[in-house]
Amino acid sequence: MANSADAVDGHDLGDRHERYDLAVVGAGPAGLAAAAAAAEHGVRVALLDSAPWPGGQFYRQPAAELRASRPQALHHHWPAFQRLLARLDVARERVTLLADHHVWSVTGGSGAFAVRALTGPDQRQARQLTARQVLFATGAHERQLPFPGWTLPGVVGAGGAQAMLKAGLVLPGRHVVVAGSGPLLLAVASCLVTAGATVPLVAEAADYLGYARGARVLAANPGKLVEGAQHGATLLRHGVRLRPRTAVVAAHGTDRVEAVTLGRLDAAWRPVPGSEWRVPCDAVAVGHGLVPQLELPLELGCRTRRLPDGSAALVVDAAQRTSVPGVWAAGESTGVGGVQLAVTEGELAGLAVAGQTAAPRELLRRRARQRAFAELMAARHAPGGGWTQWLDDATEVCRCEEVTARQVRDAVSELGAPDQRTVKLLTRAGMGWCQARMCGPAVARLCGAHDDGAPTRPLSTPVPLGLLAECDTPAPPSEGAPDDHP
Amino acid sequence: MRRGPLDLVRARPETPFEFSFDGEPVTALPGQTVAAALWQAGHLAWRRTRLGDRPRGAFCGMGACYDCLVELDGTPNVRACLAPVRPGALVRTQRGDGHGELR
Ligand SMILES: Cc1cc2nc3c(=O)[nH]c(=O)nc-3n(C[C@H](O)[C@H](O)[C@H](O)COP(=O)(O)OP(=O)(O)OC[C@H]3O[C@@H](n4cnc5c(N)ncnc54)[C@H](O)[C@@H]3O)c2cc1C
Ligand code: FES
Repeated sequence: MANSADAVDGHDLGDRHERYDLAVVGAGPAGLAAAAAAAEHGVRVALLDSAPWPGGQFYRQPAAELRASRPQALHHHWPAFQRLLARLDVARERVTLLADHHVWSVTGGSGAFAVRALTGPDQRQARQLTARQVLFATGAHERQLPFPGWTLPGVVGAGGAQAMLKAGLVLPGRHVVVAGSGPLLLAVASCLVTAGATVPLVAEAADYLGYARGARVLAANPGKLVEGAQHGATLLRHGVRLRPRTAVVAAHGTDRVEAVTLGRLDAAWRPVPGSEWRVPCDAVAVGHGLVPQLELPLELGCRTRRLPDGSAALVVDAAQRTSVPGVWAAGESTGVGGVQLAVTEGELAGLAVAGQTAAPRELLRRRARQRAFAELMAARHAPGGGWTQWLDDATEVCRCEEVTARQVRDAVSELGAPDQRTVKLLTRAGMGWCQARMCGPAVARLCGAHDDGAPTRPLSTPVPLGLLAECDTPAPPSEGAPDDHP
Repeated sequence: MRRGPLDLVRARPETPFEFSFDGEPVTALPGQTVAAALWQAGHLAWRRTRLGDRPRGAFCGMGACYDCLVELDGTPNVRACLAPVRPGALVRTQRGDGHGELR
C-alpha cells in the first residue's frame, strides 16, 4: 500500500521530478475532502488547482487584499469548508497544496503518472511531478444554450456572475434577470439580491412541479430542502418571482443589454406563441445546468456514461475508481450533484486510495441518497428539444468563431452534416478559443442529438508551444509496480 | 447609500489605485481581476470581435470561454477574468484576434 513516501522508493521514477503517492487535480470540495481523507491515512498527496486559493466553485473566496471579514455572507456551508481546511492543516506534513497550478496533461499509468502543470504570474512556468495514482476532482462548467442577443455585453453566465461576485465583489449590473434551468439559478439569484442587485425575476425553463413527483427522494435529503428553503426565503424577502416554464427568448440592446423578451414554454421547452413580454434590465445571468469537466481523464481513456440531462460523466465504481487503473474521480466529474455529494465522494475516494476498504456505512448511505437526488435534478432540468425554436438565423451559436444558427442549420440540412464534428469542420463552430466548451452542447443538439454530444478534449489550458515541444515523454508505468487496488 | 457586495462581506480593502482603460483612469481595489475592476467601473465590454466587430466582455467569469480577452500592458489575448489588475496597468480594448499567443 502506498501509504508513505517510502512506498515509491525502489521504482525507477526518475529523480528530476517530485514524487507523490497521489496527485489530486482540483481543490474544490471533492478534492479537498479526498486529499484530507487520504493524508489522514498516511498517503502523501499533491493537491493541485489552477485557482489562487483552494475552494473550487462553491467555496470561491474574495481575494485576500479585499479583506472581507464576513466571506460567509455569500456562502452556505462555510463552516464545513473551514473544517476541511483545518483537517488539511493537521495533515500538512503529507499534503502539498499547489495553488495556481493549471494541470494541462496527465500521462502514464498506475504506479507512475506524470502530471504537468503551468504556474507563475503568466502561467508560463512549467512544473512536473510524478504520482503513483491520480484523482480527478475537476468539477464542472456551465451548459449554455444560445438565444438571440446572448452575446451582448451584460449577458453573463449565471455561475460566472456568482464567481465574479464571490471573488471580486462586483456585479454585472443593478437589475439582473436570472434565467436558464437548474437549482444553481436559485443560489445565484439569492447571492445577487443579498449583494444589493435587484432580480426582476428568475426564469426557469423546466417545470418545478416536477420535483413533487420525486418527493420521496427530496424527503430523504433534508439538507437539500433546507438549502432550497433558505434560497427561497431570501428570494421571497426580496420580492423575487420564480417563473417556471419560462425562458429569455431574446436579449435586446446595442452595446450592452437593455431588456429581455421572456416567453412561456410548453413541456418540451417550445416557446408558446403570443406569450412574450418584455422586461428592462442591465444584466442577464444565464445557465442551463452544469457539464462535468473531463478533458484530462478522457485523455487517459477513462470511460464515461450519459446522465439523464444528456451530459457525460466519468464512470466510477463503489470506491470511486474510474475504468483506468490508478485513476480515481470524485465530485462533479462523476456527475453533477452539489457540494455535499462532492464532499461525500471525496471522502470515500480518499479513504479508498489509502486502502481503507471498509468505508463507513453512513458515508455510503449518504452518497446513495445524494446521488438519487442528483439524478432527479438532472432529469427534471434536462433541456427540452424545443429550445432551438427561439433561435433566429442570426443568433451566434459559437461565440468564438461567430458562427450563426443559420450556418449550423445549413450545414446540417443542406450539406448533410450528420454530427457535431462534421458541423465543426464545415462551419468552424467549436474550433475557437474555448474549444467548444460554450457551444458544444448546443451544436450537438442542433445536429439532432438529444444529449450534449461527445465531450470535447481540448488541452485543458492553452500551452505555450515551446513547452509542448520540450515536454518529456510520458513516464512509463514502472514495471512490476503493483496496482494498489486492481 | 445602497448596500453592495463590499458591505455585505464587511470588506475593508487595501488602498484603491488607478489604472488606465483605453486612456481613461479607472479605480480598482487590490486583489481584483481586470474584469472585476472594469465591471465595478461600469464597463462591460473590452473586446471587439474579429469578424463582426461586435463588443464583448466577461461571460463565464472563470477562464473557460475566452470572451474576456483584453490587451494588458501591451500583451494581447490576456483573460481579463483571471489576470489581476495592478496600479498603473495599461488596459486596452482588444480588436480582432490580438495577434499573439493566448494567455
Ligand atoms: C459556476 C458554478 C457555480 C456553482 N455554484 C453552486 C452553488 O451556489 N451551490 C451549489 O450547491 N453548487 C454550486 N455549483 C456546483 C458546485 O460546483 C458543486 O456543488 C461543488 O463545488 C462541486 O465540487 P467539486 O469539487 O466537484 O468541483 P469544483 O468546486 O468545481 O472544483 C473543481 C476544481 O478543480 C479545479 N480544476 C479544474 N480543472 C483543473 C485543471 N486542469 N488544473 C488544475 N485545477 C483544475 C478548478 O479550479 C476547481 O477549483 C456551482 C458550479 C459551478 C460550475
Ligand atoms: S470570462 Fe470566460 S474566460 Fe474570462
